[in-house]
Amino acid sequence: MKLRRSMLFVPGSNTAMVCNAYVYKPDTVMFDLEDSVALAEKDSARLMVYHALKHFVYKDIETAVRVNPLDSPYGHLDLEAVVTAGVDIVRLPKTDSVEDVLAMQEAIEKIEKKTGRTKKTLLLAAIESAQGVVNAVDIARCTPRLMGIALGAEDYVRDLRTQRTRAGHELSAARSQILIAARAAKIQAFDSVFSDVRDKEGFIEEVKKIKNLGFDGKSLVNPNQIYLLHHIYAPSQEEIEWALEVVEAAEYAKRNGLGVVSIDGRMVDAPVVARAEFTLKLAKISGFMGEDDE
Amino acid sequence: MKVVNSAHAGTLESSDAYIQINPINEDIVEIELESSVEELYGEMIEELIRETLKQMEVSHVHVKIQDKGALDLVLKARLQAAVLRACQLSRNPDWSLL
Repeated sequence: MKLRRSMLFVPGSNTAMVCNAYVYKPDTVMFDLEDSVALAEKDSARLMVYHALKHFVYKDIETAVRVNPLDSPYGHLDLEAVVTAGVDIVRLPKTDSVEDVLAMQEAIEKIEKKTGRTKKTLLLAAIESAQGVVNAVDIARCTPRLMGIALGAEDYVRDLRTQRTRAGHELSAARSQILIAARAAKIQAFDSVFSDVRDKEGFIEEVKKIKNLGFDGKSLVNPNQIYLLHHIYAPSQEEIEWALEVVEAAEYAKRNGLGVVSIDGRMVDAPVVARAEFTLKLAKISGFMGEDDE
Repeated sequence: MKVVNSAHAGTLESSDAYIQINPINEDIVEIELESSVEELYGEMIEELIRETLKQMEVSHVHVKIQDKGALDLVLKARLQAAVLRACQLSRNPDWSLL
């Protein structure tokens, strides 16, 4: 499964950010054509993102675009532009039901067919309402195109008739539901943005919390948040040592035709080995291990 | 594509460009460029503008570009946004020409 710890939101109307976002090396650059773009600039932002997606600087980094809803005057135009330009992932805003996902999928399929695009555009559904949270399990399972579901907290708390707090208790139920739905469907789960870019401590606390819950990553609003998030998601020295030991034990078992082995009396089976291998992959990506350290 | 109105797109912020399109009677493309990097990249910018307009099948226009160090993708996006607005085609662009 692809590593997607950091998904950096980039307003499609912010020229400097559109041109430079790749430099900060988030796992995914997520251009936005929805809420961050003024109505009068929807057309120009769409063109800016269209050309950015086709530009060589975005060839080696995963790209996503948050498009406008299909029932708005901009949704279909956004979709045609970004699918034609070859975006990797389309983020559906305000996903309340399976029908929302399937309608988006149908629209994408038509464009792929028309343009002859062979690589399938993936979908990421943003759940931003109580109804969406209630339907999260069905949404997560509705199509193989869906690579993940994400919590859109700002609209969600408005729907709940409350507001976001630093402690985040108001998001507990939604986070749990979205995470469980994603895991049941074997897709990824992403947490919402932390908007107060000045509150570094609050951001760190929130990232630690969502990492411990099991989220694959988080949407970000500022490039300064990328390093902090990657640092928190990086495995500790202790975890790396454990993973090396597990992988070594698994290789020993394989060489000697053993089904399972144990380390310190604890059984090492396939899920444990998979977790250890993921830890080592993360350690390498985080710069804590070289290719020869295994 | 027929330019029927005057239109503009972009901003004067750093890394951006402000592009104005005006219809003219002659079957030519008139380019007026103001750029801090004109000496180095003026010819390349003008070539990019002409090529983009040719691809969009646009003539009979005066194009004024105020460039603030925009990348090629920005110049192209701003020019096309201005042209589509001037042609009243923003709601129905032909992506094969863009």
